[in-house]
Amino acid sequence: MSIFEIMGPAMIGPSSSHTAGAARIGRMARLLFADKIDRAVVKLHGSFADTAVGHGTDRAIIGGLLGFLPDDERLRGSFELADKQGMEFSLEEVKLREVHPNTAKIELYNKENNKKLEIVASSIGGGRIKVTEINGSPVELTGRMPTLWILHHDRPGEVGIITSILGSYKINIAFMQVYRNRKGDIGSCIIEMDHKPNEYVIKHLENSEDIIQVRYLPRI
Amino acid sequence: MEYATIEELVSLAEAAETSISEIVLQVEVEEEEITEAEIKKSMLANLKVMKDAVAYGRQNNIQTGGGLVGDEALKLGQYLTVAAEAEKDNIYNKIITFALATAEVNAGMGKIVAGPTAGASGIVPAVILAIGEENNLNDQSMSEALFTAAGLGYVVSKKATLAGAAGGCQAECGVGAAMAAGAAVELRGGTPRMAAAAFAMALKNMLGLVCDPVAGLVEVPCVKRNAFAAAHAYTASTMALAGIRSVIPADEVIMAMTEIGDQMPTCLKETSRGGLAVTPTALKIKEELRD
Repeated sequence: MSIFEIMGPAMIGPSSSHTAGAARIGRMARLLFADKIDRAVVKLHGSFADTAVGHGTDRAIIGGLLGFLPDDERLRGSFELADKQGMEFSLEEVKLREVHPNTAKIELYNKENNKKLEIVASSIGGGRIKVTEINGSPVELTGRMPTLWILHHDRPGEVGIITSILGSYKINIAFMQVYRNRKGDIGSCIIEMDHKPNEYVIKHLENSEDIIQVRYLPRI
Repeated sequence: MEYATIEELVSLAEAAETSISEIVLQVEVEEEEITEAEIKKSMLANLKVMKDAVAYGRQNNIQTGGGLVGDEALKLGQYLTVAAEAEKDNIYNKIITFALATAEVNAGMGKIVAGPTAGASGIVPAVILAIGEENNLNDQSMSEALFTAAGLGYVVSKKATLAGAAGGCQAECGVGAAMAAGAAVELRGGTPRMAAAAFAMALKNMLGLVCDPVAGLVEVPCVKRNAFAAAHAYTASTMALAGIRSVIPADEVIMAMTEIGDQMPTCLKETSRGGLAVTPTALKIKEELRD
């Protein structure tokens, strides 16, 4: 652990969990969506819902959706900036089951490509976050390491192909999760790595047969 | 080189005949594999954020999320312009003004350095910047003091907690005061052992402090508590410089803090279900804010 985790981070107040963490959740949703966000529906649960306005949790999440980091002073004026950039958004309260008290459910829409993404993420303390659900599937995504989110056809050997490609570029896998909704359907894997993959790695994966989508998520 | 206790940190500094800040810097270089120059640059950037927050908070009436605080530093500054000469120059007044300014900026979605946490972010900068300003110290010296504060806080984070939800406010403002006290000793020319004594004394006196924020916001009692804790840190540093020692060593005080935090009921650990948060006035404020 670095001493800058004690004397830092520089951030927009007032709360590392309710403001900095909230901004990171928004930014993570944006990175996962990787498309223009026409409309965002943000649902706040628990303590996030109870003290959203006072902690700027609502503004921080919208700011994160606009791509702002936790120390960006534009977080404060994110509602106005979202209007300017043509990102529609709505905020509401929700009661989710068995989740951390600081949790948000975010739906993102893009009309042109008819795209939708839904995530559930929690701010788990000190500004750290955890995405616990993507499009209804349980995941565990923290953004503390360079991460790849890959969707692929659920075929035998597919995970092996992915890991060999990474291995051939000398990228070490720290943690990996695989899941799918239905046998033979679309599989999904989340790979946390010790190193940042360059564009060639990502191209290689994208060009691989049976891989549908490759999303690179930098450390946040 | 590594340290897991305050005693180890002091011993390393004594053995190398150097300061705590230098040891903290060197360990960071080894651990994170980043150059000394880069680390120093990052800390100077933190110092800049701290200075800006103080400057803004002193001069502005800040709009905060709950609207329960926002003009404290401004009021204090105005009062001090008309106060008696001796009071104007009082370092304590400077310290509490700076602490209020930073804590208000934090409450108003301004930029601060979370150290040890956002809620307790006013204490360390107040003490270091006020001593720096009083003594015309350069950024380099003040930045070094931030390494000392960080190293002391680092030990606490390894052994205990820095979260109000886990340890109450003693773990946030208490630790912030202890970190600031140690850093103040170094800035004022004291030895590493004196810094450890100041750390211990400051933390001892804030043991048992609960976290009971009104309406769950980082406003009441947090903002003013930062000012009290900062003045408290300076007091501890003066006692340590005079050669006053802490009977209970710093590392044992940290242990006591952990134990007290474990024994503290959940309603007093950042849940806003006890203490000040459930007073009639607080409940009324909470209702009003929800509407």
